[in-house]
Amino acid sequence: MSVQTQIPAGAAMTRSASAGGPPIKMVARDVKVYYGAKQALKGINLEIQENRVMALIGPSGCGKSTFLRCLNRMNDTIENCRVEGLIALDGEDVYGKNIDAVQLRARVGMVFQKPNPFPKSIYDNIAYGPRIHGMATHRDEVDEIVTKSLERAGLWNEVKDRLREPGTGLSGGQQQRLCIARAIAVSPEVILMDEPCSALDPIATAHIEELIDELRENYTIVIVTHNMQQAARVSQKTAFFHLGDMVECDDTEEIFTNPRDERTQGYITGRYG
Amino acid sequence: MRTDHIVRSFAQELQRLANLVTQMGGVAEAQVDAAVKAVARRDVGLAAQVMQADQRIDAYERDIDAETIRLLALRQPLAQDLREIVSALKISSDLERIGDYASNIAKRSLALAQVPVVRPAVAIPRMGKLVEQIMKDVLDAYTERDVAKAIAAWERDEDLDDLYTSLFREVLTYMMEDPRNITPCTHLLFMAKNLERIGDHATNIAETIHFLVVGAPLRGERPKSDGSSFAVVSPESDDKGAGHAA
Repeated sequence: MSVQTQIPAGAAMTRSASAGGPPIKMVARDVKVYYGAKQALKGINLEIQENRVMALIGPSGCGKSTFLRCLNRMNDTIENCRVEGLIALDGEDVYGKNIDAVQLRARVGMVFQKPNPFPKSIYDNIAYGPRIHGMATHRDEVDEIVTKSLERAGLWNEVKDRLREPGTGLSGGQQQRLCIARAIAVSPEVILMDEPCSALDPIATAHIEELIDELRENYTIVIVTHNMQQAARVSQKTAFFHLGDMVECDDTEEIFTNPRDERTQGYITGRYG
Repeated sequence: MRTDHIVRSFAQELQRLANLVTQMGGVAEAQVDAAVKAVARRDVGLAAQVMQADQRIDAYERDIDAETIRLLALRQPLAQDLREIVSALKISSDLERIGDYASNIAKRSLALAQVPVVRPAVAIPRMGKLVEQIMKDVLDAYTERDVAKAIAAWERDEDLDDLYTSLFREVLTYMMEDPRNITPCTHLLFMAKNLERIGDHATNIAETIHFLVVGAPLRGERPKSDGSSFAVVSPESDDKGAGHAA
């Protein structure tokens, strides 16, 4: 693992840089990822602002999910995967020697495309994380975390009378909110979402999007989405990935009304590049 | 320069929308031209035609409104496509106003044709010519997506304002000279004001074209020289009429 802290020349353009904005929660500097001999990311530079939603968009295979997984070292589990460059959380290298990947993933949580509740009760789905991280030992403490997490995820009213029922018995949209509640339960600082709504109907999607907007107050969110309108609706910053490069990162409004790069324009308007 | 949409029907619909705007612009341009001619030639028949044809412009606006709403709802356009659609909506509403002003000029020409010619009337064709030139350039700029041409037209609106201000003073003087001039001069004044407003809508369109092509609003204050709001024309000070005190 080589750690490089300098920003290489010719990095992708980022207008309205961090100056004056909210503090930077996570930083990527010249991040390169290889799956075996194949290079998936070609040197990504990106700053993720605190209490903001950043959307990562781009065609399939552009590297946006790979990048997302670098942020909490989910790529560690993939054989042949090599990550170079620097990824820092609050200024600390997440690939550093003192960082425990499990602890890191408690601070940087993740929600996946397909809702994946544990085959356990609704209650235990939420309680599992806080228990194994030793955040709560007494029954009362666990109860409180479960209630709060479900409330924050906007699911409490729908499930409060059936906490002992299996999480898998909920509807798809409810399951996804359960997964978000599960991610919240361990008090993360950053939540990564990989296409969290692609398996949901428009109403369930609206609930999740509303939730994302509320969660922004307390968390930093990075979301990968193929749905341009969703990126436009939920995010404040949008980064466009293409063939392993980060082409353009800017205020979401700018990206969707006046993108600078031809490739961004081509992608979001559905034209041949 | 522009690559094609993967969904071809979307590209065709956008093209159709732009064509509608161009056609509407052509009709509005012809309306202004005919209205000014009706004044200059005291042609009552032509004036009636202009008033009648305003419906065509209104119909274009309704078509463009409907098409715009349909595209927004069904295509959820972004970036350049979004600007294209919003611009069509804005331009059509400017053109509709231009049509109304042309129609009003035609209507007033009927009244003007019933009284003897007053000399300041010659300024109307002069203003009309300038307005038509600005409109033509702005509409060409839209068809060609030519920002430089749009900006050049935008700047020329200043000349129109100058013409209007000088006409305003002249007309007031005429009215003071002879009360019988008041009726025709008042109509002339409104016509000139209408032409000046048409120029303003043309500059709006130029600004929209800038937004459409560049993606950012046209910055900077447009050179304004319509001083008519401040114009005061007093009778000669040696005038004995006590009631004329300004």
